[in-house]
Amino acid sequence: MPKPSKPLIVTGNHLFEGDVIYLTAVGGWSREHAEAVVATDAKAAAALLEEAKAQPEIVVGPYLAETDLGPDGRPAPNHYRERIRTLGPTIPVGPENALLGKQAEA
Amino acid sequence: MYRYDEFDHDFVRDRVKRFRGQVERRVAGALTEDEFKPLRLQNGLYLQLHAYMLRVAIPYGTLSGRQMRQLAMIAERWDKGYGHFTTRQNIQFNWPTLSDTPDILDALADVEMHAIQTSGNTIRNVTADHFAGAAADEIEDPRPTAEIIRQWSTGHPEFAFLPRKFKVAVTGSPNDRAVTKAHDIGLRMVRNAAGEPGYEVIVGGGMGRTPMVGKVIRDFVPKADFLSYLEAILRVYNLFGRRDNKYKARIKILVHEEGLEEVRARVEEEFEAIRSGAAGPAVAADPGEVARIEAYFRPPAFEDLPAESRALGTALAADAEFAAWHAVNTAAHKRAGYRIVTISLKPIGGAPGDATADEMRAMADLAERYSFGELRVSHEQNIVLPHVKLDDLPAVHAALQAAGLATANVGLVSDIIACPGMDYCALATARSIPIAQDIARRFESAARAREIGELKIKISGCINACGHHHVGHVGILGLEKAGKENYQITLGGDHTETAAIGKIAGRGLDAEEVGPAMERLVEAYLRLRQGPEERFLDAYRRLGAAPFKAALYPTEPGQGASQDAA
Repeated sequence: MPKPSKPLIVTGNHLFEGDVIYLTAVGGWSREHAEAVVATDAKAAAALLEEAKAQPEIVVGPYLAETDLGPDGRPAPNHYRERIRTLGPTIPVGPENALLGKQAEA
Repeated sequence: MYRYDEFDHDFVRDRVKRFRGQVERRVAGALTEDEFKPLRLQNGLYLQLHAYMLRVAIPYGTLSGRQMRQLAMIAERWDKGYGHFTTRQNIQFNWPTLSDTPDILDALADVEMHAIQTSGNTIRNVTADHFAGAAADEIEDPRPTAEIIRQWSTGHPEFAFLPRKFKVAVTGSPNDRAVTKAHDIGLRMVRNAAGEPGYEVIVGGGMGRTPMVGKVIRDFVPKADFLSYLEAILRVYNLFGRRDNKYKARIKILVHEEGLEEVRARVEEEFEAIRSGAAGPAVAADPGEVARIEAYFRPPAFEDLPAESRALGTALAADAEFAAWHAVNTAAHKRAGYRIVTISLKPIGGAPGDATADEMRAMADLAERYSFGELRVSHEQNIVLPHVKLDDLPAVHAALQAAGLATANVGLVSDIIACPGMDYCALATARSIPIAQDIARRFESAARAREIGELKIKISGCINACGHHHVGHVGILGLEKAGKENYQITLGGDHTETAAIGKIAGRGLDAEEVGPAMERLVEAYLRLRQGPEERFLDAYRRLGAAPFKAALYPTEPGQGASQDAA
């Protein structure tokens, strides 16, 4: 299989809340992008995606997303869509006129 | 307002009960996501970027104070304290969980609301002039027609799996506030030579990746026959509309590819078959049922009032802020002594169309106290109090100020339509809301906004055009270019009876370029217009695109400032 141009992770939405979740190295799911397991070749990526698809009771719409790797080797979003998915809306909203999502916790 | 009958109640409750069971089976693993997805979409439940999103239908944009309070309760109990009013006169909740959704739908059913057919390839929530029943220019209230369409289209078995989604808009006024020419079907009330009211039928309008202005397929359909004519159009579309390519499946493509004359011939043939009984049972609503529905839309108990109000005159003279709001946010009413109030959901720097639960309750209070308990949602993402006495306008304004809802910008440069964009939407290619906020802040001065006059900026975060960018005087379309957000500008669009699709002005702009470009565009308009009475759109039509392109792209060859005089 050809080598992907970027490392890949598996992400989707949690069935119950719709939260953005990432497949981890132990086959579980995390809400932290940095905890996603990274595939560096197409075969490994396909295997991760199959592993995700085998958990329909947890994840909806799993897909492979390209990722950057930070200085510590952990994945970091490499596209604005994935960054927004990870952090939440970029604008303050609602009764508190506040940011929602993980950036609010930063 | 229409009230559910026993059939309506049973139908909606039954759908909630069935959906509750479907959710339970999905969670238990008895339904796969592929099986469940169409079921949740049929009940208005989408999965967006960060969470589920529930799109609740507000038929023809009309709701009561009681219904608005229930929306506020839902926002607080099951969401994050706010909702988003949309260009289809609906409300969307951005953060419901899957397991809470049946309870939300039950709470909606408690106040005669639902989320049925707010998604899927069906006839969607019918929209209408948000000034219906109040507008000074209205021939007749179009909402009985809209309600009949709602009842006919809801659960219509023949049209449950159309080639693509199908949107109908209705207006009873010659001044089109319902965007009828950008819908699959637009109904525009007109009178025939005998003075009888009926409908001009427009077909094949739409936005999305192939924007088209609708075409008149029939000049006049008598009121008694409009449903049969709609049925005929839908049957022809259902039979001949393309199903091989979702991007070519809307009726606008059928009309474009087959030609209006061919489609008209087929529709007329089907229409005659329906009317003669050759095509099965009659479709037209029973006159008794029509009368029952019309009774719900009788005018409220208006008082006989003088055309002038001393209290209003005094307030206008004493309070410049109130006078500015009155000039911009109120409109002529069909009854002497009343005006229509539009509550702007476009505070400077806010998210267009968003309202918090407290704001919803404040608007419900005002409706109940000053507007016969009625509210409307406009396609421009504002809320309307349709029937306010002139004497009460100062009190309404004061209450809106106290609630933070008195922004005086309706129809002006900062009254921007924006879809949720990539801050929420899974389909988006770029963000919309931050662009709207940036532009609004640049035109924060109310006096300057009034000087600029009517200017409709509409922003979509993808080619699907939920933000109606194609029909904005200035349209902004968010795309992706080389991994960055990029915004395409269109000029000259128009959503009214003189509908037009805006034309692309030039290269796309980076996000930070859009706001300054809008400032240059407005400065050029102010410099070029013949006077304050010449709106931006009028000036554009008189002068053509060149001077406005020059303002947008001042440093590009052939687009310099010297081109202004071209």
